[in-house]
Amino acid sequence: MAQASLTTPAAPAPPHRAERGLSASTLIRTIVQRREATVVAVTLGVIIYFGIASSAFFTTANIITIAQYIAAIAVIGAGEVLILVLAEIDLSAGQVYLTSPWFMYLLWHAGMPLGWAIALTLVFCIIIGLINGVVTVWLNVPSLIVTLGMTYALFGLVLVESNAIQVNTPGATGRFGWAFGIGSWSTILWALGILTIGWVILKRTRFGLHITATGGNLLGAAEAGVPVRRIKVYCFMIISLASGFIGILDAIRIQSMNPGNTGLDIVLPGIVAAVVGGTALTGGRGTIVGTAIGAIFLGVLEDGFNLIGVSANWFYLAEGVVILIAMVANTQLTSLAARLRR
Amino acid sequence: MSAPNPTPERDVILKTVGITKRFGAVVALRGIDMELRRGEVLGLVGDNGAGKSTFVKILTGFHPPDAGKIYLEGKEVSFNSVSDARRHGIETVYQDLALVPQLTVTQNLFLNRELTSLGRMGWLSNRKMRRLAREYLQGIKVNVPDIDAEAESLSGGQRQAIAVARATRQNAKILLLDEPLAAMGARESALIVDLVKDLAQNQGMSMIVIDHNYAHLFELCDRVNIIQQGRVAYDRSVNDTSLEDLTELMVSEYRRQLLEGQTQLDK
Ligand SMILES: Nc1ncnc2c1ncn2[C@@H]1O[C@H](COP(=O)(O)OP(=O)(O)OP(=O)(O)O)[C@@H](O)[C@H]1O
Ligand SMILES: [Mg+2]
Repeated sequence: MAQASLTTPAAPAPPHRAERGLSASTLIRTIVQRREATVVAVTLGVIIYFGIASSAFFTTANIITIAQYIAAIAVIGAGEVLILVLAEIDLSAGQVYLTSPWFMYLLWHAGMPLGWAIALTLVFCIIIGLINGVVTVWLNVPSLIVTLGMTYALFGLVLVESNAIQVNTPGATGRFGWAFGIGSWSTILWALGILTIGWVILKRTRFGLHITATGGNLLGAAEAGVPVRRIKVYCFMIISLASGFIGILDAIRIQSMNPGNTGLDIVLPGIVAAVVGGTALTGGRGTIVGTAIGAIFLGVLEDGFNLIGVSANWFYLAEGVVILIAMVANTQLTSLAARLRR
Repeated sequence: MSAPNPTPERDVILKTVGITKRFGAVVALRGIDMELRRGEVLGLVGDNGAGKSTFVKILTGFHPPDAGKIYLEGKEVSFNSVSDARRHGIETVYQDLALVPQLTVTQNLFLNRELTSLGRMGWLSNRKMRRLAREYLQGIKVNVPDIDAEAESLSGGQRQAIAVARATRQNAKILLLDEPLAAMGARESALIVDLVKDLAQNQGMSMIVIDHNYAHLFELCDRVNIIQQGRVAYDRSVNDTSLEDLTELMVSEYRRQLLEGQTQLDK
């Protein structure tokens, strides 16, 4: 054997994590290098700001309001993380969120017990994801277009089936109702559970690793034998299932369903939460923890602007500017972290 | 076209007959007949676009061939997936390396062969994989700054070394190396050449090596096949061919084509 070796003698290997000293500078380094670092900082900033600006901010009632608002954004955002890591996008998740309670309602209206109606509805959601995935992967249509088409189709379906008339959600009562949206903390606890599952899948399982591989290098992953098409289809099914489920909870909580609501208004905050949280649109990188914090950021922003009485006219302008600032901070800090890593 | 002395069937580990492949209007392979003997290192040379990588990807189960047959140890096989070919003991270093930039060295080494508990899609045994990765890389003297470093942060040569290590780690029957040394410096090439030689001579691994560098080929190979226009045009043992002969064979074909073009222009 030759004595040659691939080490570059001039660049010694960085010490292992355990061996690193715990000085303040390494602590700062470690924090800055986390992809979620910026969104945490920005979110803490807005929380402190609104906490000072409005005495109503840190009340239990207000925190419940925020929690209920962000549950759906966080769940849809977490689903989008899987999809964005694959370098795809799913615009239909919001419309699935709106359509699934309608499906449940129709089944219930036709005489099915509510529990069964929910179960069958979830199957219906999985099938929507399957269609999104199959058309994207096997018919080679960009997922942006496929899921936009799905959004319109489902919106139309709801309008047709409802005659464009608002209805009350089937009343869920007792413990069942409490668990499925009526309880103040019900939706956020479900959301936490779903996000935890998503985090485990992405970080700890072979399936999650293959999601990253597929999104990071589609051809390379396929050459290594990763079933890239199947992985993509599964992820479209997962996001549809999660969105449909949280949609049912929210419809039960709000107790009415308006067929005029549009899904894009719901999916876009989810995507923003994912991206602000540090998920790349180019694939291969995503963080569910960051998405959860991104959702909190959006929730606090929406709620805070309401509390301090920013007029509705200014609201979207302000929100847009803050999101842009957060994203710029994000990319700048990311490149700073990359430089520190050298 | 065929080898000077026909090889007894039992010494042939891999044989292809009439492999063809086209991509739309492009005919990449027009009928590849090739024999790889047990423990032999076979070089494939040919111009850019001659179809070498396409042939390799057919042997790995990545592309299905349009026509033709593959015999593995005398038995006809058809691979319906990369994993299928891997199960038959075929390992590959692809020309594009097939590494995922966002995954760590360890994750790339184990890509699609992860150690898990709780079922096939289950829980990753990260600690065990990292230990095995470190052990294996140290064993073959490939050193990367950190087995937890993302592939993106490695140099081109280091990445290539990881791709080679991934394939050699498996105790394969047949190793396919598509330009494994392309991005490597002299020292690193020497390391990989030694590793590959060791696997061939001491462990009896059979290999197909694609390389545009004839010096590497002469050092590694027992035999060289020249692929021209989707066919094996020449089959030469390294012992009775010189570097000059090989160059001449390659260039003469190019001259012939030039002349042909010239005569057509003249008409
Ligand atoms: N997936 C594909 N789709 C379409 N055409 C392809 C594909 N793969 C290869 N080809 C074509 O097939 C021909 C052979 O390509 P191949 O990559 O096998 O050549 P090669 O001999 O490996 O060349 P090089 O020395 O440059 O690596 C080329 O004309 C190429 O354009
Ligand atoms: Mg090639």
